[in-house]
Amino acid sequence: MAKVILEARDVVKHYPVTKGLLQRTVGWVRAVDGVSFSVEQGKTLSIVGESGAGKTTVARQILLLEKLTSGSILFEGTDLYKMSPAQVKDDYRPKVHYVQQNPWSSMNPRMRIRDVVGEPIFVNTKQTKKTVYTEVGKLLDQVGIDTDGMTRYPHEFSGGQRQRIAVARALALNPTLLILDEPVSALDVSIRAQIMNLFKDLQSKFDLSYIVIAHNLATVRYMSHSVAIMYLGQLVEYGDSEALFERPLHPYTRALISASQLTLPEDSEGKAQQIILTGEMPSPLNPPSGCRFHTRCTEASDKCSKDVPEMRKVGKQMVKCHHYD
Amino acid sequence: MSNIVLQVEDLHTSFFTRAGEVKAVDGVSFYVREGETFGIVGESGCGKSVTGLSILRLLPEPAGQVVGGKIIMEGKSLLELNPKQMRAYRGKMISMILQDPMSSLNPVYTIGDQIGESVRLHQDLPENMVEAEVIDALRLLRIPSPEMRAREYPFQLSGGMRQRAVGAIAMSCRPRLLIADEPTTALDATIQAQYIALFEDIQEKTNVAIIFITHDFGVVARICDRVGVMYAGKIVETASTRDIFKNPKHPYTKALIQSVPQLDKKDERLFSIEGQPPSLLRLPKGCRFYPRCTVSMDICKEQEPPEVKIGENRSVSCWRVK
Repeated sequence: MAKVILEARDVVKHYPVTKGLLQRTVGWVRAVDGVSFSVEQGKTLSIVGESGAGKTTVARQILLLEKLTSGSILFEGTDLYKMSPAQVKDDYRPKVHYVQQNPWSSMNPRMRIRDVVGEPIFVNTKQTKKTVYTEVGKLLDQVGIDTDGMTRYPHEFSGGQRQRIAVARALALNPTLLILDEPVSALDVSIRAQIMNLFKDLQSKFDLSYIVIAHNLATVRYMSHSVAIMYLGQLVEYGDSEALFERPLHPYTRALISASQLTLPEDSEGKAQQIILTGEMPSPLNPPSGCRFHTRCTEASDKCSKDVPEMRKVGKQMVKCHHYD
Repeated sequence: MSNIVLQVEDLHTSFFTRAGEVKAVDGVSFYVREGETFGIVGESGCGKSVTGLSILRLLPEPAGQVVGGKIIMEGKSLLELNPKQMRAYRGKMISMILQDPMSSLNPVYTIGDQIGESVRLHQDLPENMVEAEVIDALRLLRIPSPEMRAREYPFQLSGGMRQRAVGAIAMSCRPRLLIADEPTTALDATIQAQYIALFEDIQEKTNVAIIFITHDFGVVARICDRVGVMYAGKIVETASTRDIFKNPKHPYTKALIQSVPQLDKKDERLFSIEGQPPSLLRLPKGCRFYPRCTVSMDICKEQEPPEVKIGENRSVSCWRVK
């Protein structure tokens, strides 16, 4: 088995809701409520969910931008939240990088591309400008940007090119793990495929691990080795990507897949099989009792509204649903 | 067959900038029938939104101007109407839904006020009737407890509900034509599926003609009857949704459909179109897709392909298609 790069164990994040002059805590927003997963070297894990599911909070926790309420995150076996600041700076930060969704807001418009991409190297090593710029040239070459562009500014590039530049910056320190937050959703259809192929090429070339945060399942299927489906702060299904798409177990996973399937207008059979959920995701301030999905589930029974289902192994997946008890 | 509600013929819209004339829409023709949904699909910058704005004459003038062509709505030429006559069309005969509901709603007025605004403007009704119309519009969009929602402000609604409220404003005067510009893009997958199903239902009830502008082929497949694929200011292919998916003719359409990752098949490598769309300031001399096309010929570089009709309801602009 491949080496585990990152492991999350029962990660929880609750935000206090305060009220009044004394800022008394009157409730908790359960943004992330007991999430566990692991990422192996050279593999991709996708975390999928709708807005408000808590997927970005998890990503921020991995990046140490958010404290844990409880649980732990291990990077190559070491507990992140027990590292000293110096250890984080020297051993963790250079190895984990973040690529944001929007290539328009993730770059300083007043910096030249060679400085945008070179910044991590300047900050973390003591190399001369000249050697850094040579390095930047190589990085840009790897992501398919012409090195003539080095002295240009971000606004001179198109969206797809900028996302390539953002990837070059993330690769600058030879990381082991990249966190990709909706890496292609801001791009045009014809450009998306180019960027997704680039991610795959880089992965096999450098044995990179990815954590992809996404809502588009077709993208996820193409990119990932394992998938975690999140709903209202919890994982509802988690496992091998192939198995999960071949045989989705949780009713929510099935609804998501149905929502992303291509159904032609005259395909009445396909239309009839479409699952259209009613209602919206409830507030994480006051999550429903029992199974958190029962308010929208098409197969909910009495038990679902009373008892909290446990995560259990069914085939190659883990699923949190009473139907598999 | 049902009546044609809107006919656009050889529409040219340009933006006059310091850098020169940007031909955002460069000879676009299509029509949409009663109760039908016509999709305009394309990447950003291809001119699909400008086409929508040209129909409503909401271009940012004086920079943006319709420089040629005809827009005919049920016998009336919209481009010849004076501003006052045009105002009577907007919201009453033609209405529009935009992508981001939060920026199309006014945060300091209640939902009811905002729907009522268009009802009061276009229909001469006593105040108590206006309220009934408002509730009716909310009900048409299946917003639960409409009486209560009408008194709420946009911030009190979720994203999906806000987009329904925008839909209620658009449908409040029962328009003949609805232009929906990426209405589902800002919504989550399961909410998107709800919204699309809702629109099919509304169309059945009101027989409204819909122009659906989007970049998402998944959405096109679900809601559109016919589709026009736009590239760099031109519609390169028009066909029924089925033909677009099953038997695309234009190399751009083919490539786009191939490059969309699909759930039911897992490829090792995605097909991708190399390069980027051309700048509208410096269009290539021949076919606009020529620099990225994999099956181009000599003639493609020199001359623009004419629009060729192949069969009923189907036309393609490509030298390869005869």
